[in-house]
Amino acid sequence: MASNPAAGCLANGENKPGRGSGSGCSSRHRTESECDVAPNLKSLARLCSRDEEERAAALEELSQGVLLCLGLDQHGSARLSELTLLHLLRLSRSCPLQEVRGRATELLRTAQEQGVEVPRALASGPSAFIPAKEILKEGPDQDILIESFLSMGRVDHITMVMALHPAYLSCFLRTQHALLEMDGPLPRPWRHYIVVMAAARHHCSYAVQQHSAGFLEAGGEESWLSGLQHAPTKLRSLQTLNKLLAHRPWLITQKHVQELVCPGADPRWSLAELIHAVVLMAHAHSLCSFVWGCGVNPEPDHIGGYTFQLPSPIHPAHSPQCPAHEDGRQEIVDGAMEVEVLMQRMVELQLQEEECTQEEMVTRFERERSESIPTAVVRGAPPDLVLRLVEDQEFRYEDFAPKGEQSPNTMRAQDYSWEDHGFSLVNRLLPDMGQLLDEKFQVVSNLTYNRMAMHEDVDTHTLRKALWNYIHCLYGIRYDDYDYGSVNVLLERSLKVFVKTMACHPEQTTARVYHDFWRHFRQSEKVHANLIVMEARLQAALLYVLRAITHYMR
Amino acid sequence: MEKMSRVTTALGSSAISGRTMFCHLDAPANAISVCRDASQVVVAGRNIFKIYALEEDQFVEKLNLRVGRKPSLNFSCADVMWHQMEENLLATAATNGAVVTWNLGKPSRNKQDQLFTEHKRTVNKVCFHPTEVYMLLSGSQDGFMKCFDLRKKESVSTFSGQSESVRDVQFSMKDYFTFAASFENGNVQLWDIRRPDRYERMFTAHTGPVFCCDWHPDDRGWLATGGRDKMVKVWDMTTNRAKEIFCVQTIASVARVKWRPEKKFHLATCSMMVDHNIYVWDVRRPFIPFATFEEHKDVTTGIVWRHQHDPHFLLSGSKDSTLYQHMFKDATRPVDKANPEGLCFGLFGDLAFAAKESLISSDSNRKPYPGGDRRYPIFFFKKPDQTEQFAHVSSALSVFETDLDSNCMDWFVKTAQLYLLCGKPFAELCDHNAKVARELKRPQVSTTWTMLRIMFSDPANLTPGPNHPLSKLGTLPLMNSFNMKEMNSGMGAESRLERSKGESRQDNSHLEPGNSLISNNNEDNEETEGSDGQAEYMFGDAELDDDDLYSMEHDNQTEEQEYTLPQEAFQLRHEIMDNPSAPEHLQQDKADSPHVSGNEAEVTCLTPIESFSLISISQPLFTPQLPASFFCPIVREMLSYYAEKGDVQMAVSVLIVLGERIRKEIDDLTQEHWYTSYIDLLQRFELWNVSNEVIKLSTCSAITCLNQTSTTLHINCSNCKRPMSNRGWICDRCHQCASVCAVCHHVVKGLFVWCQGCNHGGHLEHIRNWLKSSAHCPAGCGHLCEYT
Repeated sequence: MASNPAAGCLANGENKPGRGSGSGCSSRHRTESECDVAPNLKSLARLCSRDEEERAAALEELSQGVLLCLGLDQHGSARLSELTLLHLLRLSRSCPLQEVRGRATELLRTAQEQGVEVPRALASGPSAFIPAKEILKEGPDQDILIESFLSMGRVDHITMVMALHPAYLSCFLRTQHALLEMDGPLPRPWRHYIVVMAAARHHCSYAVQQHSAGFLEAGGEESWLSGLQHAPTKLRSLQTLNKLLAHRPWLITQKHVQELVCPGADPRWSLAELIHAVVLMAHAHSLCSFVWGCGVNPEPDHIGGYTFQLPSPIHPAHSPQCPAHEDGRQEIVDGAMEVEVLMQRMVELQLQEEECTQEEMVTRFERERSESIPTAVVRGAPPDLVLRLVEDQEFRYEDFAPKGEQSPNTMRAQDYSWEDHGFSLVNRLLPDMGQLLDEKFQVVSNLTYNRMAMHEDVDTHTLRKALWNYIHCLYGIRYDDYDYGSVNVLLERSLKVFVKTMACHPEQTTARVYHDFWRHFRQSEKVHANLIVMEARLQAALLYVLRAITHYMR
Repeated sequence: MEKMSRVTTALGSSAISGRTMFCHLDAPANAISVCRDASQVVVAGRNIFKIYALEEDQFVEKLNLRVGRKPSLNFSCADVMWHQMEENLLATAATNGAVVTWNLGKPSRNKQDQLFTEHKRTVNKVCFHPTEVYMLLSGSQDGFMKCFDLRKKESVSTFSGQSESVRDVQFSMKDYFTFAASFENGNVQLWDIRRPDRYERMFTAHTGPVFCCDWHPDDRGWLATGGRDKMVKVWDMTTNRAKEIFCVQTIASVARVKWRPEKKFHLATCSMMVDHNIYVWDVRRPFIPFATFEEHKDVTTGIVWRHQHDPHFLLSGSKDSTLYQHMFKDATRPVDKANPEGLCFGLFGDLAFAAKESLISSDSNRKPYPGGDRRYPIFFFKKPDQTEQFAHVSSALSVFETDLDSNCMDWFVKTAQLYLLCGKPFAELCDHNAKVARELKRPQVSTTWTMLRIMFSDPANLTPGPNHPLSKLGTLPLMNSFNMKEMNSGMGAESRLERSKGESRQDNSHLEPGNSLISNNNEDNEETEGSDGQAEYMFGDAELDDDDLYSMEHDNQTEEQEYTLPQEAFQLRHEIMDNPSAPEHLQQDKADSPHVSGNEAEVTCLTPIESFSLISISQPLFTPQLPASFFCPIVREMLSYYAEKGDVQMAVSVLIVLGERIRKEIDDLTQEHWYTSYIDLLQRFELWNVSNEVIKLSTCSAITCLNQTSTTLHINCSNCKRPMSNRGWICDRCHQCASVCAVCHHVVKGLFVWCQGCNHGGHLEHIRNWLKSSAHCPAGCGHLCEYT
């Protein structure tokens, strides 16, 4: 979005009349020649056709167009708009179709030889934490990547990282697609804007840029992106809810819902719209957790994802907001031990018949939830791009039970659960969405490969459960039938630091935090942990806001 | 406790008495259960565990089982059950996974008896065996069901649901050894208590969790299940494969289901979310609840019939912290509020009309119900002995097919095209339009036009007769003719109806007498709305395709003099036969005849025969002083009538033709509304010219301005394809003249006509002249041009 200078706009907007026919332009190439044949969004869209021939034709046309531009005259890069170059760069980096990738690379090289300044991707892979090789090695399923390229027109870094867990990826994409593109009460530009608003709360410039582009593509008004004050009141009225949902969802009450929904409310939301918006926001917040938690790099066509400068050895290739490797690899020695210990504990827990008193159980829960995990790493200020979309900067996650104060009531999972209550409410107001979310929760809670680090055939259920319940615990949700002692046993401190950082202050995740936990585990297993955190967080936030809506409807 | 000893055997319903009542609990309830003799009820929840005695007109708290300063989670109950054999024995399922039994006979304050902590997760359900004292079954979120022998310290057998959460377990009433379990993944399993290794049978009952199940009490092998998919299903388990025999679709996920005692087909349900009501369904009538209890303010969490042989008392607990006893006789009956009539148009204009038979038959003379029953149809159901029956409602469904002729809107198109709206004297316009209508077999419309002409043509000054006696005289014959007319039209409607009845599914449900339908229209209670439309429809139809009756009249008219014509118009409009003495109508009739004379003095010879005959009859009755404006209210009424009836064409046409004569009588908004509707219709039928004419002739500013919008025509230069901004004939950019006449080679500045075949053209006049002499293109391209 912010990366299109005037030439780019022109290229995309005005080349329709003369495109494809050489005869028409001969008379007026003086004035408009440079934008005639540059690839526009339409030809890019044709690249995603399911018909192979059509795809080949589009590719041919694209390269013809670029070559023609290059051949036309010799005055540097003005002829190929920056946007086009970035599209090519993205294709060359991330397209799962071999032939497209190859051709795009070739075109860029040709352009460079012709003296055009060509951008260069800064990131070496989809994630700053996970070496690109690893992702490739652990073999994401090409089919699912191709499928997502064909249906969405791009394979973004999130998709690539998630592709380590194809079963999850497919239902994640389905849900996201339904949320953003399918039938629903909110207009499409609004949906993207809401995601942008939500992502801005976690300073996630990745998601902000991604959906700003989506917003513009859906026909949104560009001025909205320059600040919240330009958006309609109705959207702005979501701010409070957005803020609470992102950082302290337990504070959401039916009053907040009422303010938006009741007949007197000025920019009135219907319940269906509100549910849609709420799911969008919760989705975006948890997605930010994932983006930060996996250190997802900016896309090649995002700000901070590319540079026109030549590579220099002095200039380390990472941008300010993607934390890179901070040498997390030196104490590998005792890592193997840790895994053994963890295995041991899991087995013990399952055999354990020990009874503990009620008070003990409560204390354990309280202990977990109030354990002080240092997460506050002060980071540089987020880019302006994000800042102007945030109100009330200072509002952050706060420990659920601040010491010595009256803590808010814990939410009992048995009293308001997703399966019994949340699902019915969502499905009632936003048909199909309940089903999709339900499926996603089920997939993530059942996802296992029965292995752990170097061990095969392990039942990881207790570990996954502990992770899930720990996150819910951080959000003040308590399961009567769960012994929170096992959280303490199974989750080592470094993991807790990571989980808490990621769930509560995602923007503060650093490479060190990521590398410090589970040092002997596979990368895909760490991503798995990320997925669990993300979904648990999503469900926790949803439960609170849905409960408030239920109370309002009562 | 005293009470319990008093009544120990099963009671006849007479022994229990009470009324609808409630009491406040301290906390939300999760489940309730009642003791065998129906005298006490236990309420359990996260923060409540109490026993209440059911007295005549109130609940009395008997016992608080939740003791201790800081009660443990074992008191946090998800479910509770009172043993049906042993009145001191209770079992609860705790949210932390414990199964607890309670012995009320214990002397200490804490009545806790046994504690089983074998389940790893929340226990959703506990169930005592109906006949075996020591057998208790539990189902838990951890996917296991456990059977406990209360004489032992631990479970005797464990049944595995393959890690699917168990939502409900119920012992069968029929088979000693069988129990049913329902699961979160939508399955229902049947187990034999003796064989813990494998279920006997499994089937998928719902999509999504099955929250509850209940065996039919009259050991018929019927199992009712309720799920998150908002369905209640009844399964017949006696066959080899579980067969779904009934299915009820509710409006929210079903949390509990309980068969109603002594009523084979009744069951009660409540919902887990959003919907707070308790419904009692007759499973054979799945579309509407038999009875509803609407007292609760939050979701109902527990329902139980007070006594296992008494269908009249229902107890319920709710999240709103109340405990209710509902008397069945106080229940709301949704069927009473249901709309007894349904009306629907088919794709091709067919009309289906369903109505309760009692409503229809009250119209016929066959079953003479008092007129009141129309207004209060529910009256029937309220008979005391009927309360336990679903009001027996049989509806008659009639389908009225419109035959093709009337279905198609030809008459509309033709009328629109043939009507003259301006350009001739008023009288001629009227006559012309009357003729058009007559030819299209629309006698009423035709007559209306004639009447209008008569009313509004310049009044002549004929000798006025003495007013009073004459008008009195006038009324007499008119009255007579009305009566006659009434019969005619009645017959007309009837015959028409009988024809349409060809398709009606029940031949006993005739809507025969047209006149009673008309009289229905009079009543303005809400239920008649449906039939209102119907009656209107039939009459509207009658005038379209019922040519026999009316055309017969036409014939008569031409030969003999008749009053019938004018009066017919009135007859359909006003229900005069009901109140023949209504002064307004009479006045109007009086008025008719005088002006007939008044206006016609000179013009008569030109007018069609029927009006001629009219004049000849009515001449003696004139009161010629009446000015044209006298009729305005009537005409206004008439126009509204047409518009209401759907013939907005007539309303607008008359409005235009009458022009100033009537315009001021009708408020602008209505006029505008009519105009827009008519124009809209015309455009649907692609009658662009007519619609344009109407727009032009309309006097509403809002309408006329329709023609002023988007009148700009953008043209591009034929040479350089650039838009031409300044003048239409010369291009600013290429300085070429865009349109040159092929004949005279001058620039065409006015109308330019060109052949669409070869694109050559020129001045309209020049081309026209040219083509008189030659068939070829004047430009010499050799094309055989065609200009039409």
